[in-house]
Amino acid sequence: MITSFLLKSFDRTIVIAVAVILGLALIVPALNLLTAPDHPLHVPTYLVSLFGKYLTYALLALALDLVWGFCGILSLGHAAFFALGGYAMGMYLMRQIGARGSYGNPLLPDFMVFLNWKELPWFWYGFDMFWFAALMVVLVPGMLAFVFGWFAFRSRVNGVYLSIITQAMTFALLLAFFRNDMGFGGNNGLTDFKDILGFNIQAQGTRAALFAASAVALALSLILTSGMVRSKYGKILVGVRDAESRTRFLGYRVEHFKLFAFTISAMMAGVAGALYVPQVGIINPGEFDPANSIEVVIWTAVGGRGTLIGPIIGAVLVNGGKSVFTAAFPEFWLFALGGLFVLVTLFLPKGIVGTLQGWRARRKEYRKAAADEAARGQTAAEPVAAE
Amino acid sequence: MLMRLAYRSLQSLLVTFCLFITVFATDLRAEDDLRAMINALGEGNFSQTAKQVEALAKTGDPKIVPALEALAAGDLYQRKSDKQVFLTKSSAGNLVLIDPLSGEEVGTEASGALAKIKVNNSLRRTVRAALGGLTLMSPDAGVRLQAAQTLLRAPSADALEQVETALAAETDGRVKTVLERARAAALLVSDRPDGEKKAAIAIIGKAGGQDSLSLLSAALASADDTLKPDIEAAIADIQDRQALWAAGQNVWYGLSLGSVLLLAAIGLAITFGVMGIINMAHGEMVMLGAYTTFVVQEVIRTSFPGLFDWSLAIALPLAFLVTGAVGLAIERGIIRFLYGRPLETLLATWGISLILQQAVRTIFGPTNREVGNPSWMSGAFELGGLTITWNRLWIIVFALAVFAALLFLLKKTPMGLQMRAVTQNRRMASSMGIRTPWVDALTFALGSGIAGIAGVALSQIDNVSPNLGQGYIIDSFMVVVFGGVGNLWGTLVGAFTLGILNKFLEPYAGAVLGKILVLVLIILFIQKRPRGLFALKGRAVEA
Amino acid sequence: MNEKKPTSLLYLDGVSVSFDGFKALNSLSFVIEPGELRAIIGPNGAGKTTMMDIITGKTRPDTGEVFFKGDIDLTKRDEAEIAQLGIGRKFQKPTVFESHTVWDNLELALNRKRGVFATLFYRMTPEDNARIEEILSTVRLSNRRNDLAASLSHGQKQWLEIGMLLAQEPELLLVDEPVAGMTDAETAETAILLKEIARTRSVVVVEHDMGFIRDLGVKVTCLAEGSVLAEGSIDFVSADQKVIENYLGR
Repeated sequence: MITSFLLKSFDRTIVIAVAVILGLALIVPALNLLTAPDHPLHVPTYLVSLFGKYLTYALLALALDLVWGFCGILSLGHAAFFALGGYAMGMYLMRQIGARGSYGNPLLPDFMVFLNWKELPWFWYGFDMFWFAALMVVLVPGMLAFVFGWFAFRSRVNGVYLSIITQAMTFALLLAFFRNDMGFGGNNGLTDFKDILGFNIQAQGTRAALFAASAVALALSLILTSGMVRSKYGKILVGVRDAESRTRFLGYRVEHFKLFAFTISAMMAGVAGALYVPQVGIINPGEFDPANSIEVVIWTAVGGRGTLIGPIIGAVLVNGGKSVFTAAFPEFWLFALGGLFVLVTLFLPKGIVGTLQGWRARRKEYRKAAADEAARGQTAAEPVAAE
Repeated sequence: MLMRLAYRSLQSLLVTFCLFITVFATDLRAEDDLRAMINALGEGNFSQTAKQVEALAKTGDPKIVPALEALAAGDLYQRKSDKQVFLTKSSAGNLVLIDPLSGEEVGTEASGALAKIKVNNSLRRTVRAALGGLTLMSPDAGVRLQAAQTLLRAPSADALEQVETALAAETDGRVKTVLERARAAALLVSDRPDGEKKAAIAIIGKAGGQDSLSLLSAALASADDTLKPDIEAAIADIQDRQALWAAGQNVWYGLSLGSVLLLAAIGLAITFGVMGIINMAHGEMVMLGAYTTFVVQEVIRTSFPGLFDWSLAIALPLAFLVTGAVGLAIERGIIRFLYGRPLETLLATWGISLILQQAVRTIFGPTNREVGNPSWMSGAFELGGLTITWNRLWIIVFALAVFAALLFLLKKTPMGLQMRAVTQNRRMASSMGIRTPWVDALTFALGSGIAGIAGVALSQIDNVSPNLGQGYIIDSFMVVVFGGVGNLWGTLVGAFTLGILNKFLEPYAGAVLGKILVLVLIILFIQKRPRGLFALKGRAVEA
Repeated sequence: MNEKKPTSLLYLDGVSVSFDGFKALNSLSFVIEPGELRAIIGPNGAGKTTMMDIITGKTRPDTGEVFFKGDIDLTKRDEAEIAQLGIGRKFQKPTVFESHTVWDNLELALNRKRGVFATLFYRMTPEDNARIEEILSTVRLSNRRNDLAASLSHGQKQWLEIGMLLAQEPELLLVDEPVAGMTDAETAETAILLKEIARTRSVVVVEHDMGFIRDLGVKVTCLAEGSVLAEGSIDFVSADQKVIENYLGR
């Protein structure tokens, strides 16, 4: 059963994409660790972390694509799942600091000592263990998505209404995490991390390993989503996107299909957030900003929603562009980003990958038509449908 | 040393002598006494000064009022050279000396030559009470009122007789009420019989307010068992009334927040509610309206300062035109290509909002810009136990006026008829000869223009910065969705419901948690009624 | 009163529903027997589509009873459940999955386990394969099997949708204006197709095209203003004075 699922998930594009990503997982750390700093092919550590960050963004975009591209649910709250995963990881990293914080408290993180707290809040228990934190990284966003989706999809909140309430959800979380008494470090968030799994988080080797982990996570998620969208389940998902009532009248419980995709997607976003936090060294409530969620949407749109490698390409391109742009003309980045939103929706609705695929499909059709014509000779008279 | 002292005494004697032969011959004796007493204020410690103040107060002469006031304010100085006491005002590093009795300027001294007469809080209270007694008999009713209020705030048994005398002579109704309360307050701390005290408690209890509450609480601490029940009842009564007023104040704050939400959402009720366009740049239209106000005020400040009170009236039509034109450009340039694709419209308009924000940031800078309140929008007044600020009141009125105007436009004018026709059945409207693309463009421009005039109003109560719009966009969508899309009345009810709900949650949950709760409630509400409070029903909406 | 319930396939009694004061259905009652082909006519706003919405669980009636196969209360179930019970519905506007191939459309419609995990790990069996082939030839789309549904003509989409309903293997088929926008040849073929289908199951056809209904040659129910105006053979119904006033006369 599982094998057939996996087998179906591999087509040529996915095989190539997975190979490229896994190749990067080997090559980039190797070039960073094994070459001398003055070697022409040397990848400096800051770039390893930067690329690692892009990979986590790519994973987030892929997660969004699963629900938006394949199921038509435009979530404007995916940054919330990302941030929740990030916070779960951040809590683990905070507990790893132990007595090395500024206040030297072996149990309480610095900000709690600062707020004069005497005990660790109950929801911080267990985060000193990596396996527990890793479980929470997927469970917390997954549970939130499940509960939120359960209510929303069951009462058939659709389209822009759903978008707006997902935005309200992340906005409410943003406000909540800004509060000091929530116990997540308030405004400043969680930072000053020291170790991850016993390795120094600043060390070159750890950075390279985090990059590799991000790449592997992305590759695995790609295989998973590919398997999902190529199964009958995925076809129904697309059916829901294109003709929801038809799917319903065929006897499918649309809300269950949406809920499953939404929850899996939120979990993937959580994993992305968890890999993001150790690489950038901080997680704060700003990650819940509704604007972040919408940025994820534009990465996906640029690359091509409804394709699997589109969002990955889009996330890397837009964020690469952002890094270059904000360094060169910081004033104009928002103009560029805003322009990108407008231009992509107007002129490139299928995104880069979608448009390329469209061209390829049309060329194939044209060739096929030409071949048919040749086979049938001059007698072929059937008009080709204009649609 | 002794010589100098003798010389100075001689000098002061000479001065006194001169005064004696020149002016106020008849008052000389009294005035000389007063002057001596005032000069004595500079001697000794706080309690001695306090005794002097009381002695001065006993004279009952209104001439000493400026000196006592200056003492309380810390403006009374003693000249080190001759121990003379003067009122002062500072002037270019020096102090101008003012005679304490005549009020005339009598010279300047370097501040080093003078010693400030120090006051502490208990001395200040003594001074205030003394002043209260003095001014109670002033011919000016305003002065008497102030004096009575001062006494009410710091009651003392000593002042009781003074107050009673004043009360007997008082003719002004307002002053009389306050005096009665002051008398009651003084009576409470005196040793009069319990019967009188009970009446006094009733008077204070009836007056209500925070001051009365603290008076009664103070009295409760020292009261005997016969009075305690009365005081407790009066306190409970005041607290009940205060709770009621607090609820009233919350309603008022809620209405005020509701009117802000209504203003922000009402343009959206057109573009989103009527046309179904998700305009994420709506907040930026509000922001542009606010910046238009800023520009208008800048021009007025530099060129026509006299027109400042008219600045909002000038800004209103301009903001409507500016944002309406921007809206028109957005509709014609971008949105019209995206009809029927709401999610794409959402993304494109979000892009526009980013561009507009950055454009304003580039032109006007990232910091808050100052937008002033015209005089008729500043200040506040009291209504019973409510404090009502003029700007909030005007914004409520304005929001309702805009709502009414819009309702009229949509229901009673040909333009509104065409708008409704196009939104209900585009094909039919088009075949009836309505130019649907222009109706779309104008409707969108109208919604944007209304957002602009909302910006004019909101510039009065919010920081005018490039991020102004961001703060409103989620709230506006919540209001429209909560109220029911496509229903203006729903938007009205939605805005005020959310505003009041928010303000009632705030005292229990705090501002941030209150807002979070409201958001969660709306999210839950939308699950229950996906189409809002006043939903359209039937087959048409499914299509 | 309910003596008809046990034998009838579909039983509506006193069904009323109103939207904002407008009575879309007004105490509508009728019965469909197993294996029956029934045509329903009526002017615009007579409540034909609302009736289908009620039967398929899209709309809840304000009052009245709707029973399927004697004792299954349809008013308590939602669309997916009712579809799984064996009621298929074809929309007025052909609704197929445009970005799927014809084959995939039929595969999705096939009456198999419809849960999330069942579909996630579904594998095509030889029987399913044969069934899809069979339906493809029934709806005359065998040569278009690998084309996207979006590229089909209007009539072909109608047929694909009917094919999907067949794949669903319903006991009751509700068909809303199946020949709207079809050529005469297509209309005639559709009539034959529907009669074929009705041999193994009940079919309710809503249609404006009187010629088409005559072709079907079945019992006709005429609706007006949300209730049954007349019921009987096409000749009987079209002779009814009220029907002429309400519908045919226009």
